[in-house]
Amino acid sequence: MAELLKVEDINVYYGAIHAIKGVSFHVDEGEIVTLIGANGAGKSTTLQTVSGLLRSKTGSIIFEGKSISGVPAHTLVSHGLAHVPEGRRIFLQMTVEENLEMGAFTQPNASTASSMEKVFAQFPRLEERRRQIAGTLSGGEQQMLAMGRALMSHPKLLMLDEPSMGLAPILVEQIFDIIRELHKAGTTILLVEQNAQMALSVADRAYVLETGKITLSGTGAELAQSDAVKKAYLGG
Amino acid sequence: MEFLSYLISGISLGSVYAIIALGYTMVYGIAKMLNFAHGDVIMVGGYISFCGMMYLGLNGWLALLLAMAVCTVLGIIVEGLAYRPLRQATSLAVLITAIGVSYLLQNTALLVWGATPKVYQPLIPLANADGQPNALRLFGGQLSISYMSLLTMAACIIIMVGLTMFTSNSKMGKAMRACSEDKDAARLMGINVNTTISVTFAIGSALAAVAGVLLCSFNPTLMPTTGSMPGIRAFTAAVFGGIGSIPGAFLGGLLIGVIEAMAKAYISTQLANSVVFAVLIVVLLVRPAGLLGKYVPEKV
Repeated sequence: MAELLKVEDINVYYGAIHAIKGVSFHVDEGEIVTLIGANGAGKSTTLQTVSGLLRSKTGSIIFEGKSISGVPAHTLVSHGLAHVPEGRRIFLQMTVEENLEMGAFTQPNASTASSMEKVFAQFPRLEERRRQIAGTLSGGEQQMLAMGRALMSHPKLLMLDEPSMGLAPILVEQIFDIIRELHKAGTTILLVEQNAQMALSVADRAYVLETGKITLSGTGAELAQSDAVKKAYLGG
Repeated sequence: MEFLSYLISGISLGSVYAIIALGYTMVYGIAKMLNFAHGDVIMVGGYISFCGMMYLGLNGWLALLLAMAVCTVLGIIVEGLAYRPLRQATSLAVLITAIGVSYLLQNTALLVWGATPKVYQPLIPLANADGQPNALRLFGGQLSISYMSLLTMAACIIIMVGLTMFTSNSKMGKAMRACSEDKDAARLMGINVNTTISVTFAIGSALAAVAGVLLCSFNPTLMPTTGSMPGIRAFTAAVFGGIGSIPGAFLGGLLIGVIEAMAKAYISTQLANSVVFAVLIVVLLVRPAGLLGKYVPEKV
């Protein structure tokens, strides 16, 4: 399968703190790849570096064969990269519909309505609440909106940062069902999760990130069986 | 009847404050900074339209358009040169820079146009050729409203409605609201935050030019410091109404204008400012976010 994203030897600093230490990984077309690890391991920092919100001092980030390191964040959406940030970061004072329109900001106006219909087909709950202010949605609905908003740009790669954070178990199941469906429909997904069990159950491949370094990698099933991962992240 | 006429003069003064306050509030809402140089853009707008009429022989309306064009460019340049490099800086640094820009504009005006006040030709002459006031007479002439006042109020309403429609319906307007809420999330949507901030400054500065022309039409002495006090009152109006809120700036502007006019009429001309600011303090004690300021709880 063709390589969609290749991250090689990135190093990211917050002032004097060396947050990401020579991380390399890749995502092939059609895969779900997950980065798991504890709080503060550098998972979100890695995603933010890929989407251009943070800068790496070294290395390269190649998307579809083109280097995207150093490219301003706002130009990446039109390359086919969509990032659902940690904490959802939807526009709370705007309506559901307006949030989705913002997701289609780089798309031609004429296609917005049809993209929105597709998102509504995926998330019927959002259609019921299309004119509601996003801040009044429940946590699960806000996560759906954040994902729907990212899908409005028809991304080739969807990056999800902690989609299960703060959600009740039943909603976590729902969100992961949606991730499986998106995958089936052909979207390539890079998933960052603290919920290692759920993440490994959907992932084709996985990387374990520990204090800024990748310490393990393998298929989802392999890592779910690995003693080190079981002990550290799956509760024995 | 006397009361009505004070009320109307308060509303028309307040309309000018509202137009200025809209610029303050939009810039604050999107760039999260107080642009203390905003008042001085008003003064530049006044001078440019004055020069347009005086030296280029333009009529008042063309001079207004010229002032809007020049101020738009000025706003974009000031933002790009002075504020953009400070995007990651502390808000105090940005505030001090804004005060610096304010002095720079005032002193440049002093250098170019001198300290002697210029006598400004109102957009609509206050009296016609026969020496009669150019005004709408109501109640058998007991109440007269100058056409200039009517124009000002109409301008304020049109601007307010236009801005509301722009921010709620247009793609750029929605992008502005997105930036005002969360700049990084806006970037992830593909919105160019720098361009959006530039557009905001452009709109705010064009409005400041309109306000400059209206202000000088009422108070026809134009000096390099002409913009300062109205700028501060309009800033007060924006805070009063709830800074960041467009209807808030409108309401705040009108109220400050009316309070000022009433205080001048019934309390004392000297105390007018004190009354205005005393009311502001009371409102902020009761409603810290301003009259229409919103508090939106965030779910985590």
